[in-house]
Amino acid sequence: MFAHEFVRNAYLAGTFVALACGTAGWFVVLRAQIFAGDALSHVAFVGAIAAAVIGLDQVVGIFVLTLALALGMAALGGRARADDVVIGIVFSWILGLGLLFITLLSTSGSGGSGIAAANTLFGSIFSLSGPEARRAALICLLSAAIVLAGFRPLLFSTLDPELASVRGLPVRALGAGFLALIAVVTAESTQAIGALLLLGLLAAPAGAAQRLTVSPYRGLALSALFAVASMWGGLALSYAIPALPASTAVIGLAAGTYALASLTRVRRPARVGTPAPAQGSGPQS
Amino acid sequence: MSVGPTFSLDLVSDVRELLAFPFMVNALQAASIVAVLAAVVGWYMVLRRQSFAGHTLSVMAFPGATGAALAGLPTAVGYYLACGLAALAIGRTGHSGRRRFATESAAIGTVQATGLALGFLFLSLNRSVLGGMETFLFGTFLGVSHDQVLTLLVVAVLALGAVAAIGRPLLFASVDPEVALARGVPVALLDVSFLLILGLAVAATSQITGVLLVFTLLVAPPAAAQLITAQPVAGLLLSVAFALAVAWLGLGVAYFSIYPVGFWITMFAFGLYVSVRIGRWALARRRRP
Repeated sequence: MFAHEFVRNAYLAGTFVALACGTAGWFVVLRAQIFAGDALSHVAFVGAIAAAVIGLDQVVGIFVLTLALALGMAALGGRARADDVVIGIVFSWILGLGLLFITLLSTSGSGGSGIAAANTLFGSIFSLSGPEARRAALICLLSAAIVLAGFRPLLFSTLDPELASVRGLPVRALGAGFLALIAVVTAESTQAIGALLLLGLLAAPAGAAQRLTVSPYRGLALSALFAVASMWGGLALSYAIPALPASTAVIGLAAGTYALASLTRVRRPARVGTPAPAQGSGPQS
Repeated sequence: MSVGPTFSLDLVSDVRELLAFPFMVNALQAASIVAVLAAVVGWYMVLRRQSFAGHTLSVMAFPGATGAALAGLPTAVGYYLACGLAALAIGRTGHSGRRRFATESAAIGTVQATGLALGFLFLSLNRSVLGGMETFLFGTFLGVSHDQVLTLLVVAVLALGAVAAIGRPLLFASVDPEVALARGVPVALLDVSFLLILGLAVAATSQITGVLLVFTLLVAPPAAAQLITAQPVAGLLLSVAFALAVAWLGLGVAYFSIYPVGFWITMFAFGLYVSVRIGRWALARRRRP
């Protein structure tokens, strides 16, 4: 299987995309920002189409639009975070703009936009080229490293924003930075996993990890582990069964992990906004 | 289109020209039904902070449509099955009041990604053309038949009837789940019932209008209405009025322009919400010098 270059590229990009989604996703779930992640990933699709209309590289369009939305949500979010109504409205507005771009694209008569759109929506990890895979790996590795480097302040400002700001932590800047980071991860992962399915890799492994443990370090590690394992398993499955698209296999495994984790649920999950009982006292499990 | 309809300053004749076409009449009827249904159900959805669940249910139309095509079932059956199953799956995670658990949104996200992944699988198994994606996402009112309008009307009456039946306890359970629970209101049952109603409404309307429009009409008019008043009856009426205005304006303008209905309706909905917010902000500034 690894004799093929496209499989090696897929594994290279996939591993780091999953690593970034697993670590960033753990915070996304803890901060209850899954809907924001959802909006960012769908907007990546609009970015790709907008770039096609203007005649730019797809990747540029995706990055610009997701980053703009992330900063916009951070600005509108007020003290803590953008509420779900604002996200919903802004996001349907941008999708409406996407519809306009699609119309412009089809009237300008450039062919093949349907296939390109489907690739952006659902990803085509087996068709990544060597340089693309290496770029995805690099950016995602950097993102995961940033999450790890900012782990303690980010955790503190997530669990108790008031106390954190009293202690002098820039809570708002951290929130905005985190959204921008999610935007980068989203934009980079869109090519591999697809705008519509990326959410699964952000939500499912992290959700499973938070059902299993309240310890932050253990949770983060579990989340990353689940994400990478789903990616490896999904890629292998999809290689073995040609009818099964890679994205479907990966998301299927991740969702299965989540389902299993919620069956074996032992204790109540941590509540948002209140300090976790195990905070600072190490693992109690 | 080579010769498009031309807009004149005489609004009466413009409207008359618009209504001369049966397809426009059907479209207006469908849009009005969808607007009323979405405004009422959406008012509760916004109140309950369940926009994410609403969005997830609206994209369930995708696996529904592709799955039905694969299995050879009527498309409508696929829509209702997929939305119903997703509503149950989201409802099973429970506790969807104001104080939601972080893991709940993870569950909704997982349901959404799973549904979309399945839809993609069905699509690729079916080997059908991917061109249908755009109509599915962004659908259009302009191909609605008279029969579809009737079906839509029946579903809307059913869903609105269900909302009316559980309206008061649902309001109580949405505003203050703890107290409602203590008073013996079946909060968990109401949660699931509301999600099922939302699923039904979304499944019925997204077949005709596309996923994007349903969600827009579910969120923006009720959110604007709730910015203006917290009163339930006034808020619901205002929400319906906003939704109807947005839908009619969108259809009317789209008729005279080359851009699609979905684009115009989302733009008007967004414009409405933003202007209400700006208006509120200006009012608050005047009151508090």
